[in-house]
This record gives sequence, C-alpha cells and structure tokens, in this order.
Amino acid sequence: MPTGRITITLEVNGTPRVIAVDPRTTLLDALRECLGLTGTKKGCDHGECGACTVLLDGRRINACLTLAVMQEGHRVTTIEGLASGAALHPVQTAFLAQDAFQCGFCTPGQILSAVGCIAEGRATTRETIREGMSGNLCRCSAYPEIVEAVFLAATQPGSP
Amino acid sequence: MRPFHYERVSEPVKAIAIRAVAPNGRYLAGGTDLLTLMKDGVECPDHLIDINDLPFRHIELDSDELRIGALARLSDVADAELVRREYPLLTQSIEAAASAQVRNAASIGGNLLQRTRCPYFRSETVVPCNKRTPGSGCSAIRGDQRTLAVVGTSAVCSAAHPSDLAVALVALDAHVRLEGAGSTRTVALRQFYQTPDTAPDQDTILRPGELIVEIVVPRLDPRTVGHYAKVRDRASFSFALVSAAVVLRRDGDQMRNVRIALGGVAPMPWRLPAVERALEGTGLDLRGVAGALETILADARPLPGNQFKVSLARAVVHRALQLAAGAA
Repeated sequence: MPTGRITITLEVNGTPRVIAVDPRTTLLDALRECLGLTGTKKGCDHGECGACTVLLDGRRINACLTLAVMQEGHRVTTIEGLASGAALHPVQTAFLAQDAFQCGFCTPGQILSAVGCIAEGRATTRETIREGMSGNLCRCSAYPEIVEAVFLAATQPGSP
Repeated sequence: MRPFHYERVSEPVKAIAIRAVAPNGRYLAGGTDLLTLMKDGVECPDHLIDINDLPFRHIELDSDELRIGALARLSDVADAELVRREYPLLTQSIEAAASAQVRNAASIGGNLLQRTRCPYFRSETVVPCNKRTPGSGCSAIRGDQRTLAVVGTSAVCSAAHPSDLAVALVALDAHVRLEGAGSTRTVALRQFYQTPDTAPDQDTILRPGELIVEIVVPRLDPRTVGHYAKVRDRASFSFALVSAAVVLRRDGDQMRNVRIALGGVAPMPWRLPAVERALEGTGLDLRGVAGALETILADARPLPGNQFKVSLARAVVHRALQLAAGAA
C-alpha cells in the first residue's frame, strides 16, 4: 500500500516551510516534530483541551484534529509567530498584566484562542468570553484571570 | 493510527469513483470526528479521500429553500447573515455545539455523520460494543448509562446520537441530498438515521460510497418562531444530556404547526408527532400544555442510570416552548 511520505508546503508564521510527512501526521505533530515549534502543546490529542490551538488562515482550530497534508498551501500562525520582534502581541501583554496562567502549559493555546475569539467579535462581555473560550481548559484553573486578560485585550484602545 | 493512502480530489465524480474501489476507504472533510476515531482505533480506513476541494461550501437562500453545501463549516453556517436572520434556530443549535475551534473545522455533512459518544464505543481499550463490532455485546447495559438513549433503542444498543444541529434540522423538516455512483437522491433527515436493530453498526441509511453533498431546509412562514434548549453536565463544550428544538407558527394567541425534536435521548433526533398534534392550537401563554407535555417519552424504555432523562425532556421542551413563544 502506498503510504510513503508526502511533501507539502505550509506557510507557518509568514514563512513557507516545505516538509515531508507521513500522511498520519497531525498538524500539531508536524509543527512540533518536523518544524521544532514546540510552543504549540499536545494535551489530550482529541480536541477536548485546546492546548494545541493555532490559527489556520486566521481562524482558530485544534491542530490535533487535522492532518498536516490537509493543510497544504494554508497559513498557520502559532504562538512563536504572534509577537512582532521584541514587541509582544497585545493578548500576550494582557496575559502578563493579568497573571493569567500558573503552570503555563495551556497558555499558548489560550492566547491563540483569545486572538481568534476577539477577531470573531465574541469577546464583548465576560460572559461571552467564558463561552467563547470554553474550548480551552486550564488545569490550574486560572480562568478568572484568563477572562480578565481577554477582556482587557479586547477592550483596550487599539485592540487587535 | 494505522497507515492509509491519502488522496485529495477536486471533482465529486472522481471522489465517488475512488471510493467505489476502496471498500475500506473513508471520505475526509473536517476530520474532527474521524481523526479522533482513528486515533482510538475505532475506525481503521486504508484510504482517505480528502474532499475539501469539492464545490460544496455554498449557503444560499431562494424563495423555496435554504441550501447548505455539506462542506460548509459549522461556524460558516452559524455566522451567515441570512441564516441568523431567517433560521436563528440553526445558529442557536450550532453555537450550543462543541467549541469555537471545532466549529471552525467541522463540516456540516460530517456533523450529521458523527458517531455516538457512548464511552464504550469510543473506548481506547476494546470492550464489547455491538455498534463497534456487531455481536460482541453491550458494555453499557451494566455500565455507565448517564449519557445513553431512552427511546428508539434495542436489546443490543442504547447509544444516543450526539449532534445538536441535526436536532434543529429535523425540527425544520430538512432534507439531505446524497450522491453515489450513478445516483442522486434526496432523503428527509428524519428518515436518514436508523434504529439499532439488525445492523447497530450502521447509524444511517447512507449506502457505501454515497456522499452527503447538500442540506436543504424549507422556507419558513414569517410568523414562525423557534428555540433550541440544551441541558448538559457543564455550562459549555459538552454533549447534550437532553436538548429540544421547537418550531411553531404564531397565530394570534395560539400556536400552529408545532414541531418538536429531542436530542440526547435516542439514536437519532427524536420527533414527537403525538405531542405536536396535541399542542396544535393551544395558547402561546402555555397554560394549556401541561397534559401534552406529560406524554413526552411516555413510551421510553430508560435504563436504571438514565431514567432522569424522561422528566428532564419534559422540562426542556417546556423551556424551549416558553422561549419560542415568548412566554418566558
């Protein structure tokens, strides 16, 4: 059975990256194992925890629930691509300001999900933020601070 | 995950032709359910036919019907302005489903075909399950029954269908358009699912290789209102214990053309035709509905661990009626 590697191009954080992957490789594993971008975390690997959240063509998805080969030619944004040089993304700044993490494992996924949530226009009240961020679990339970961080990033002047 | 051959196609005819000679193949759309099932060894296809380039992403409304391409993403449909305006029930049901990340990836067609969340069906360690391996037995009969179905079940399987969207679509009398090798047919979504009798591993009447290409929803009378109510074990991102989609037409102070579908209680969205008839012409203030609501799921055969679903269903329908009729 032809199960050899397939060569694909992904635009990762603005740069075209060519990789050869086994078709079974999820986008998550391709980012971490092929490209060394370990900021995107593997939590449950079943789309239930949100730790692997990335932006695909600007929309948040679970990187564990899609195959890398399905995303040939698409744009992927990971936590490594969010800042502009030394200047943190406003959502990153807000997470620091609100102390919106404890162990930090879920944080990259929380931040990418927050960027998506704000872009979708769902981050208007603390209630809509809680609903909009329900795909991201935090085992340290930093939820109150996460909600405040997203609210801050969504409502501050010049927010993304 | 077992090795498989991956192929991306851009023409429906090609996809169907490839699938016709790949008996253990599967179509791949959003992948949010299929990949999970493959990781857990529930599905072991040897060929994945990626259909994401097929031209089925439209969301169109004309004087007769709403047509949704099967590859439209859940969030595309929920956010579409014409859906929000003309079919707010669909938006409600989609936004009650999964998480924002999953809704951005999951396709409409795949949502209708998602497999049950019965923990024994999805167990990483293989346990008896007639839906997974017919004839192997049912672990749920003496196991965790909280999420299982209470009606439309059989001696071999009590699994519940998990979709929220399908419940709303069945209440709206939606149809699915199917394409197979040399054939096209349109089936009422209400007739699309089947009870687990002789073939508990077959959730639907979909023939091998047939593809859902479109969902068709009839236009609604402008006086039609609806509501989707969902009760689950946590406030968000959880499957329904019980949900109800209610559609009715406001006629003065009375309700007409009442349509009710339940989720979480059966192997398919479960319509309540006798209750719908009993509610016909009752007041929008809901003063006259108690008798009809008491007959909901009167024919159910709950298990010891999910008897609560019968009374919960009556309460959820009452709540959905209240919110649809503006009586809350």
